Amino acid sequence: METKQTTVELEAALSPEEKKALHQIEKGEVIDDTRFQPTYQKAKDDKVARTIFKVLTYVFLAFFAFIILAPFIFMISMSLTDPTSYNKAATEGTVSLITTSPSTVNFGVILGGINPGSAAFNALPAELRSTITRGAVNFTPYFLNTIIVAVISTAFTVVTTVMTSFAFARLDFKGKNTLFAILLATMMVPGEMMIITNYQTTIGLGWENSFMALIFVHGVSVFYIFQLRQTFQQIPNELFLASKVDGYGEFHYLWRVMIPLGMPTIVTITILNVMGSWNAYIWPQLIANGDNLTLYNWGIEWTMKLVSNGLMSLFTSDYGSFDTVKIAGSMIISAPLLVVFIFFRKYIMRGVSRSGIKG
Amino acid sequence: MIKINYFKRDTEKPADLQAGGNSPRPMSIKQSVSIPIWVKVLISLAPAMVFLIFFTFYPIINTSIIAFIENFGWQKNAGSFAISNFFQQIANANDPLLLEPPAMPYFSLDNFGLVLTDPIFLDSLFNTAILTVISVPLTIIVSLMLSVALNSIKAFRGFFQTIFFLPYVTNAIALGMVFNVLFSPEPGGIMNQIIQLFGGSPVSWVDPAAHELYDVIKLSKFSMGVVLIAQSVWAGLAFKILVFMSGLATIDKQYYDAAKIDGTGRARIFSKITVPLLSPQIFYITITSFIGAFKMYSSIISIVGQGPLNFGGTSGTLWITVVGYIYKNRQTDLPKAAAGAVILLIIVLLITLVQMQVSKKRVHY
Repeated sequence: METKQTTVELEAALSPEEKKALHQIEKGEVIDDTRFQPTYQKAKDDKVARTIFKVLTYVFLAFFAFIILAPFIFMISMSLTDPTSYNKAATEGTVSLITTSPSTVNFGVILGGINPGSAAFNALPAELRSTITRGAVNFTPYFLNTIIVAVISTAFTVVTTVMTSFAFARLDFKGKNTLFAILLATMMVPGEMMIITNYQTTIGLGWENSFMALIFVHGVSVFYIFQLRQTFQQIPNELFLASKVDGYGEFHYLWRVMIPLGMPTIVTITILNVMGSWNAYIWPQLIANGDNLTLYNWGIEWTMKLVSNGLMSLFTSDYGSFDTVKIAGSMIISAPLLVVFIFFRKYIMRGVSRSGIKG
Repeated sequence: MIKINYFKRDTEKPADLQAGGNSPRPMSIKQSVSIPIWVKVLISLAPAMVFLIFFTFYPIINTSIIAFIENFGWQKNAGSFAISNFFQQIANANDPLLLEPPAMPYFSLDNFGLVLTDPIFLDSLFNTAILTVISVPLTIIVSLMLSVALNSIKAFRGFFQTIFFLPYVTNAIALGMVFNVLFSPEPGGIMNQIIQLFGGSPVSWVDPAAHELYDVIKLSKFSMGVVLIAQSVWAGLAFKILVFMSGLATIDKQYYDAAKIDGTGRARIFSKITVPLLSPQIFYITITSFIGAFKMYSSIISIVGQGPLNFGGTSGTLWITVVGYIYKNRQTDLPKAAAGAVILLIIVLLITLVQMQVSKKRVHY
């Protein structure tokens, strides 16, 4: 619309020769006024170049989108491939990105739903059958453990983060800035330094193979405190003064003003912490790789492994040589976060871009 | 007229008010519960600080002390405190009743010397540096190009952005295992099929034993490096694109309009407008990804598999990283692991310092 209007305005200011040339352009004829030909040609070339460039941009993006998507497509298709036909395809060199023999048997193996003697069991390759007879896998406890840890540790992290950020942003006390600088400095320290000592401390506390070790040892995050303090500090001071005039104290102000205004950041922290719990590997692998001690003493065997550790132990066990089962394990563990992502896409992407570093 | 400083704590009311003087009060103020400020600070800081002191501050100091004790080992019933373990170890070493007394510990710098001359550590340092130097710039360049391309289109932008973000929300161990199978050693594996399509011969990418089973090229540092770098670039794009996109959104369109009027070419617009105005994001991404790449660990073991300490090859140290070295020594030679962790901290600090210096000259703002 805008261009058309400009054209009309321009036309009024044109000389007769120029008007003629414009008329010729509109009709698609060759302009006989020599003065216009280079510009006209240039504009035409530019338009072609722009179109080519746009097409190239889309090709470039589509190419990389395919590269990003390919492992996911492969993961879905592979987890739904029948193990017997996959073995055949691997030796014959006919493995494809999309499966040709769909089956859900791999998920049955992963969730311990394939019992020896059943028809589904008998259809499996002989090696996989003997591996299952020696010891079945079951991912269900890993999921339950991870959900328990994610929920409690996120609640704990959010409460401690809010309280600490509030103190640093709103309260005045001696040595506040020094303390905050020290906190920030610890973000530079590699986690391995903490883990070496924390492992021994945790064992000394009797927290080995317990939820305590998974929830509380790394439950306070300086990074989240830093993020939330930044948000809290942006809240105008006038709001605090107003609530002060109304006779409310700091804690009331925190509850009524700071937390509602800081909600986007708190949601971000929640999302990041849930994702972090779901992906946690190193610390759980060291401290909670066996059965829960309390339950064990009661005569119940309950593994303390989280999803990532369960997946890695599947990989390093005898099951590691069965690609379809392995990928089904990856699939079942990635799926919950991917589903959550599909529903909260905007929230998660906004949150991550606002915050920064992963884990 | 009374002056009330509302910044001050509630108990510090003007003297005449406290003394019950009959000065008029500004409207009716609802009395708040006057908790002293230090109690408020204590209540809000204590929960986090207790955990930070026990599981962050104390371990940093304690692990640093361990790095300076030769022959250090955890002693039974001595807790995790380095000094108490030190004395317990001396007592145990002198105990004639013990069948296998521990070695005598002493304070020295030897651990650092041992680590820095350990061929496995030097190897791990080299590996980590190679991975970092190749994968970080590659990821940043590709993600920058993708972000600029994304920013220049309107249709399908959200669609592409969502796809590029997927690796970020996927479990890292699961992704490593998918790459392990994509690069499976059988000639029929996906990558080997692609290689053969272009006339190459199949490679045993990450499996140290597969060349005995199949007719494939034996695993090498190069083949495994290709997989590790491919995975880290692939997985690293998501976050960087997101940060660059949010940076591009803040650039004022006027700059581009001005350049358009002047007839500036695309390459020039990119190098003279986009990159300089995006330099804070580029700086932030560079520094975090250099540090992140130097801490690479789980992504590697999830690709190679065969045990949590396997880094490929028959010796299991083909692509060992600095963090991998620390975990490898954590149980067998603790002071070496501690010294390795301190060295890693120094490397991280050095990277940060160098980047800070560079940024002073290069980052606009």
